[in-house]
Amino acid sequence: MELTDLTIAAARTGLAKRSFSALELADAHIAAAAKARDLNAFITETPERAREMAGRSDARLARGEAGLLEGIPLAIKDLFCTEGVRTTAGSHILEGFVPPYESTVTANLWRAGAVMLGKTNLDEFAMGSSNMTSHFGPVKSPWTRRGDNRPLVPGGSSGGSAAAVAARLALGATGTDTGGSIRQPAAFTGIVGLKPTYGRCSRWGIVAFASSLDQAGAFARTVEDTALMLQSMAGHDPKDSTSFAAPVPDYAAALGRGVKGLKIGIPKEYRLDTMPEDIERLWRQGIDWLTAAGAEAVEISLPHTKYALPAYYIVAPAEASSNLARYDGVRFGLRVEGETLDDMYERTRAAGFGAEVRRRVMIGTYVLSAGYYDAYYLKAQRVRALIARDFTEAFQRVDAILTPTTPSAAFAHGEKTADPVQMYLNDIFTVTVNLAGLPAVSVPAGLSGDGLPLGLHVIGRTFDEETVLGAAKVLEDAAGFVARPY
Amino acid sequence: MALDKATVAHIARLARLRVEDKDLEPMARELDGILAWIEQLNEVDTSGVEPMASVVDARLPRRKDEVIDGGQAEKILANATGAAHGFFTVPKVVE
Amino acid sequence: MAIRGETGEWEVVIGLEVHAQIVSRAKLFSGAATAFGAEPNTQVSFVDAAFPGMLPVINEVCVSQAVRTGLGLEAEINLRSVFDRKNYFYADLPAGYQISQYLQPIVGKGTLTLDMPDGTIKTVGITRLHLEQDAGKSLHDQDPRLSYVDLNRSGIALMEIVSEPDMRTAEEAGLYLKKLRSIMRYLGTCDGNMDEGSMRADVNVSVRKPGAPLGTRCEIKNVNSMRYVQQAIEYESRRQVEIIEGGGTIAQETRLFDSRQSTTRPMRSKEHAHDYRYFPDPDLLPLVLDPEWVEELRRALPELPDTKKARFMREYSLTPYDAGVLVADRETAAYYEAVARGRDGKLVANWVMGELFGRLNKAGKSVSDSPVSAAAVGELVDLVADGTISGRTAKDVFDEMFATGKGARAIVKAKGLTQITDTGAIEAAIDGVIAANAEKFEQVRAGKDALLGWFVGQVMKATGGKANPASVNEMLRKKAKG
Ligand SMILES: [Mg+2]
Ligand SMILES: [Zn+2]
Repeated sequence: MELTDLTIAAARTGLAKRSFSALELADAHIAAAAKARDLNAFITETPERAREMAGRSDARLARGEAGLLEGIPLAIKDLFCTEGVRTTAGSHILEGFVPPYESTVTANLWRAGAVMLGKTNLDEFAMGSSNMTSHFGPVKSPWTRRGDNRPLVPGGSSGGSAAAVAARLALGATGTDTGGSIRQPAAFTGIVGLKPTYGRCSRWGIVAFASSLDQAGAFARTVEDTALMLQSMAGHDPKDSTSFAAPVPDYAAALGRGVKGLKIGIPKEYRLDTMPEDIERLWRQGIDWLTAAGAEAVEISLPHTKYALPAYYIVAPAEASSNLARYDGVRFGLRVEGETLDDMYERTRAAGFGAEVRRRVMIGTYVLSAGYYDAYYLKAQRVRALIARDFTEAFQRVDAILTPTTPSAAFAHGEKTADPVQMYLNDIFTVTVNLAGLPAVSVPAGLSGDGLPLGLHVIGRTFDEETVLGAAKVLEDAAGFVARPY
Repeated sequence: MALDKATVAHIARLARLRVEDKDLEPMARELDGILAWIEQLNEVDTSGVEPMASVVDARLPRRKDEVIDGGQAEKILANATGAAHGFFTVPKVVE
Repeated sequence: MAIRGETGEWEVVIGLEVHAQIVSRAKLFSGAATAFGAEPNTQVSFVDAAFPGMLPVINEVCVSQAVRTGLGLEAEINLRSVFDRKNYFYADLPAGYQISQYLQPIVGKGTLTLDMPDGTIKTVGITRLHLEQDAGKSLHDQDPRLSYVDLNRSGIALMEIVSEPDMRTAEEAGLYLKKLRSIMRYLGTCDGNMDEGSMRADVNVSVRKPGAPLGTRCEIKNVNSMRYVQQAIEYESRRQVEIIEGGGTIAQETRLFDSRQSTTRPMRSKEHAHDYRYFPDPDLLPLVLDPEWVEELRRALPELPDTKKARFMREYSLTPYDAGVLVADRETAAYYEAVARGRDGKLVANWVMGELFGRLNKAGKSVSDSPVSAAAVGELVDLVADGTISGRTAKDVFDEMFATGKGARAIVKAKGLTQITDTGAIEAAIDGVIAANAEKFEQVRAGKDALLGWFVGQVMKATGGKANPASVNEMLRKKAKG
């Protein structure tokens, strides 16, 4: 078996038994990444740093001081600031930016012994569902449709991370999820994507997109591996005022708890008329798997589901328009000189931001501006309250909710790009979760008619990642998903 | 509701984004399409609903009044395009 | 300040927005220092410079300072307040927004009383007090093409204290600022140092015919001295009257004060209509205060100027004016009280306000660096009261104390200034003077009282000023009768 085919759990065992060294494990992934450059999964590869970190892991392993992720090579979404390693957010405007600090989440991973392979590609400022908006070019999914070689999107915004894990360029990867940016690419690339509860992982040092929605999470090829990663990433951070001040439970221990006796909600509003038959079938299959494992399926109603996306497309751009005001050419990143200060600002920001970012900054500025604030921004926040209330009420009756992750399988480069709204609809099943701040996971559960992966989506109560992981494990075991991109 | 060119120009100015004159019209149309889709929110009765700014149900944490940061002017200035004598520099501002 | 224009009297309406820097070690949302005068960009955290991914965490002392100031202004404390982002682009605003409080400030309505020179009291309403971050500092005169930006101030905690438009004269505005500063200095929440920018005022001025509705106001930004505030009001109100009387209308605008010419002019950088797009900062949560905690702060407040003034009038029989002067600053009040306790309060007030302040003023010193301690002044007052030295001598002794820092008793002793209290010695001196001026004394005997003073003077001369004039007077009278 190739070292790059290992799970994180198996790699830990192998390293502990000294079957191979952390350096060998790192080298195998460095080589794999070098061979798969056509995917454009990485913006920055850091092989020297990976070898150096792996060397230190080997020393700690030898001393019996291994951390939870000792020697595990990971890919980091290029939205996490990494000290001394350029961080781009997929944008031209951060040109040349080298953070003098390390994000809390990545610092936590390095403290657990993980090894950084590099920084992965993403939609610019995490704004997208296709990874087509990166200044550093689109990411190609390692998957293709059966009998069709057109390049497919890996999903977005964490598309580089998803592609890297699916293509065996890393054992795991970090992502961030503002409207579905972990779960949707995980579903598109046939891997597991875990978005924890808002506040579970610190946002400190992560380039902000929409502060009230952004949450860091994990990609890996098994549910157990994402649990191991979350274990290391999560925790209270006094530097983030919205960080959850409670100890992190033992997620690995929760994997075996199963779903026996649990009530699983099936929201009727997720049954779209336009939903492809294979997605519908997969969802029914998922319900059967859970009931076979002892859960009871309960039909529930989340009546405001339909309004989640439009509410999101007010809240997220509004926050983004303000969060992105700091990219002004003064302290870091790109500067396009101008006659006056304002001229410099306008030229820098027009040149530095891509079309989708400019579009969202415009929308966000508009909905916050005088005369429109109440009609758009406050209205969206009220709808957000109703969406959160839908979940609160549902969770009085059920322990977790099962839906498909996406309304379709991955699409090809160039598809769905003409109309922004068509692109936004990708997140229709995931975005409600961000508005309510809930934990959720996407598990690869089957293939579409043309051989592309599809994901099932488990949503849990606030800070109840354990139930989510337990249910995800049941689905994973039942699905026995073994398909590989190549 | 239809966005006009002048409004788009005003918003672009607020956001400090240069938009060429020829691009105002297409941008207005594009934004208008998104806003029209967003306006389905008006179907929702939100009377009496408190706007939700955050999902966090906690007390705002407070920091001690201790000086634990600063003294790193080189790091602060290291990424700047314009810097001189320990200051950031920008095109001259007339007040 | 009624302005007499061509069309008659105009009333000036003034409201002030004061930005007061909170006394704290670290900034409002970061752990960088707040000290004045550091090298550029050395007191800057990545939060203050708005680097990607940086997040604010509030400083607990800044919160309690704002609440204590609110309590000092007898204002409502809002147990729930919200931090908003005020969005605008400027070179010294790194994030492109200022964290401030908009619709839900930490402190609501309060009052502040002005002690008018005629002894009356005027009440000015406080609209609100909110917490916000300061911006950095731009220097425009270092380079022909560039402005320089220093972020040391960026993120320092400010209280913006907004008054109702209750003031009518430049003098009232000055008194308001002095009183506000006095209260904050008592509380230790702001050092009130306008030279270092720790207190700046935005001055809102409008004019109207008495009794008419409010006129359109202009806001004069960032005026940084009491004198400038008054000059700005005087210039601006006249400007507005002239415009209106000339048939024009006042445009609501932001103006700058030009201290060289004592005029105001429109601010160029604020020409564009502003749209700050306030919205709740999603990096923070609402600030919820525990009512018991607020009560604790209230109980621990120091005695504030108004209360102290009333007590000084009561306990030390001071006039409202004297009490007002003595309580204006906390150190002075403490100094006075240290001297006055157990002594004649009025007498002590004369010594402190007359003799001490006069000498301090001349020396350019303040009470806190007075070379003469309160205990030393007390000793001097006691020497006068028990007749050891005369009032006249005491003033010379004070000069010496001020110059050398020596104690009153020591100086009196070293210079042999003790009054002659031995009646025999005084009597001998009196007899000598009477003998030498027998004819004149006959006139005193005959009832020419006016001459008595001349004899007192002669006796004082004869004793080298060490006799007690009162007893000399009394003994002379006895002799004249006997
Ligand atoms: Mg103001
Ligand atoms: Zn202010």
